[in-house]
Amino acid sequence: MADRPTFVRTDEQTMLADTLREFLESTVDPDAVREQSLTNSAIDRDAWEGLKQMGLLGLHVPEEYGGAGFSFVETAIVFEELGRRVVPVPLLSSLLASTAILAAGSAEQKSRLLPSISSGETIATLAVFENAYDAFDIHCAAKRVDVGWELKGTKKYVTDAPNADVFVVAADTGSGVGLFVIDGSAEGVSVKPTPSLDATRPLGELTLDGVRTADDSYLGGSPNPEAIESALDVGVVALAQEQIGGAQMCLEISVEYAKNRFQFGRAIGSFQAVKHMCADMLVSVEHAKSAAWHAARSMDDPDEFRIAAPLARSVCSDAYLSAAGDTIQILGGIGFTWEHDAHLYFKRAKSSSLLLGSVGYYRDRLADAIGV
Amino acid sequence: MTSRNDDAATVDEAISELLADHPPTTTDPKDFWGAQFDAGLAWVDFPLGDGGLGVSPSFREVVSRHLNEAGAPTWNTTANLLGIGMGAGVLAAHGTDEQRRRWLRPMFTMDEIWCQMFSEPGAGSDVASLATRAVRDGDEWILNGQKVWTTLAHLAKWGMVVTRSDPDQPKHRGMTYFMVDMEAEGVEIRPLYQITGEAEFNEVFFDDVRVPDDQRIDDVGAGWRVAMTTLMNERVAIGGRTGPRNDGAIGVAISTWNESGSRDGATRRELTRLWGEVEAMRLTTLRAAENMQAGVPGPEGSTSKLAWADLNKAVTAFTVAMQGLEGATIPEGYTLEPTTYDTREIERVMSPQRAFLRARANSIEGGTSEILRNILGERVLGLPGEPRVDKDLPWSEVPRG
Repeated sequence: MADRPTFVRTDEQTMLADTLREFLESTVDPDAVREQSLTNSAIDRDAWEGLKQMGLLGLHVPEEYGGAGFSFVETAIVFEELGRRVVPVPLLSSLLASTAILAAGSAEQKSRLLPSISSGETIATLAVFENAYDAFDIHCAAKRVDVGWELKGTKKYVTDAPNADVFVVAADTGSGVGLFVIDGSAEGVSVKPTPSLDATRPLGELTLDGVRTADDSYLGGSPNPEAIESALDVGVVALAQEQIGGAQMCLEISVEYAKNRFQFGRAIGSFQAVKHMCADMLVSVEHAKSAAWHAARSMDDPDEFRIAAPLARSVCSDAYLSAAGDTIQILGGIGFTWEHDAHLYFKRAKSSSLLLGSVGYYRDRLADAIGV
Repeated sequence: MTSRNDDAATVDEAISELLADHPPTTTDPKDFWGAQFDAGLAWVDFPLGDGGLGVSPSFREVVSRHLNEAGAPTWNTTANLLGIGMGAGVLAAHGTDEQRRRWLRPMFTMDEIWCQMFSEPGAGSDVASLATRAVRDGDEWILNGQKVWTTLAHLAKWGMVVTRSDPDQPKHRGMTYFMVDMEAEGVEIRPLYQITGEAEFNEVFFDDVRVPDDQRIDDVGAGWRVAMTTLMNERVAIGGRTGPRNDGAIGVAISTWNESGSRDGATRRELTRLWGEVEAMRLTTLRAAENMQAGVPGPEGSTSKLAWADLNKAVTAFTVAMQGLEGATIPEGYTLEPTTYDTREIERVMSPQRAFLRARANSIEGGTSEILRNILGERVLGLPGEPRVDKDLPWSEVPRG
């Protein structure tokens, strides 16, 4: 507890944020993002390539497994910057998969699987949900066969499924939930893209139709439900960073517009109705930043993280939803058009408050954690 | 220039000496405070002789921590908040040497309580439109008018007052700031009973009150500048305090839920949502303090009063709702009585119902939430102001009511 990092960024962290922001501003073309939205498998290859080259895909992974071995604060910075631009890259999926492997894999499995995920060579994702509400209601069956396992079932709402090479799949082994690493090209694996509300984050349905997999694809290093829960918790904290990046951007877009849009002979930002909406947005965005950054810096303190992760989920989801909604209102008609970026933020805000487990579910978890 | 290390040693030494010569648990509080002032540990950043040691204001925290740990009496800073938290800063920035010598020590020892008189019935959010007149008469000024929302006026010896000294200037220019003897002839103080029945505040009437010119603070016409210093000190004195997790109204909300035995899932989620908002606000205050200390202050330092007002209202209202029918009662009942501000009063715990009523003032007192949103919008976000109809008009020509 005593060693928890402060809220003040180090020079290196500030440089990371600045460099990445500059790169994304020059690389990510909002028109291209909109274009990608018309596919069901959006991915900005230039941005992904850049993140690879900058070595930002495995910041949280220990060096022995091909990562950079940083604290989660650095990873948080990357997600915040990606959130500012709603960049379609499969980093969330990669984080979910690598966190599950780190939590449940043996040393051999980590050495074998993590380096190519950390380098971006392999796009991996986590396939857990089978229904819209409960991550742990798992019917996908893993059956022991003479050599290895056979998996049968369907996974839904799998992030970046259309672009993934590798799936970490939760299945019922008959003696509890187990995690299996399945190659997307294996026989019996099929992926059907699901049109997603936030089209910059593709979703898909993964069907395993009697997929045979070797013994060493079963992550047997530690109890798997805990590994799933911890991957989802890390995932929602990453989403919280995206949310504050997006919410801050909404605030900047709104303020800029309110200064430059004139009606009745005045900038509309001089009207209190608009100004006060911006001021309220500022307050809730600042609060959300505190919650998101606190969760990121508490990652290595399990007692605090039990509170900080659902706290960030609760506060940052609401802040982004209201910021993105108010942005459309402040922009007026233009904010409702396909041409403007506002809808990208609005869709990301809604979708990110639902993926990986709803805000309501996390509020119940928070209530448990604080003894309510 | 002394180094920070030298200053730290000086402060430590002064604290040790004070505690050795005046054992805090056996010394009469007034004597202790006098000794604390003389040791330069009242406002440690003030000059020698004015209750300070001339070191950085960051040492204030060091002093209060050491004194608290030693069990020294520190409730003067709360009981005489308007003086010690605000008036002292005004004297430091705008007072003469003579004025500082005369007022600072008895303020700190609680021999003289202070109050502050800015608001008027016709000057609330627009305090610069105030109408209390000050007319010069030789070496004296004659005050006429009415002030309102004056905390502690009924116990105060001195009052900081802003007056209209030149009605022909635009409103921000023609003001002058004085210290008024609250026991002087022509000063009448009436308690102002509020929604809870108690009277934390007063109305103050001036009827030909004579104020010597040596009680004027700063120049004639400089009243607005001095008032701004006062309000800045107010925000420092009131804002920026960070209690532990579950401190205050949200802690009461949680115990109300736990005692209710309810299992209603929707109520539990809403309570948790509010808990999260309050905790995010608390973390924001901590973050603001860390950034301030690191020399990189940002917008997070300006949001706390507005956020707190809204949240405190929401949390106290939700708490009463969680009480069920009990929420339709008020254990204290209603009796009209002025607040005493003695130490027991400060520690007193209000019922949730009473806290709910008191909270209505949070978004009005010390700057309404509407004014604070304007300030955030204009000064932090850089949005343009509303067109002003009164800015360059002489005060006497501005419509009022």
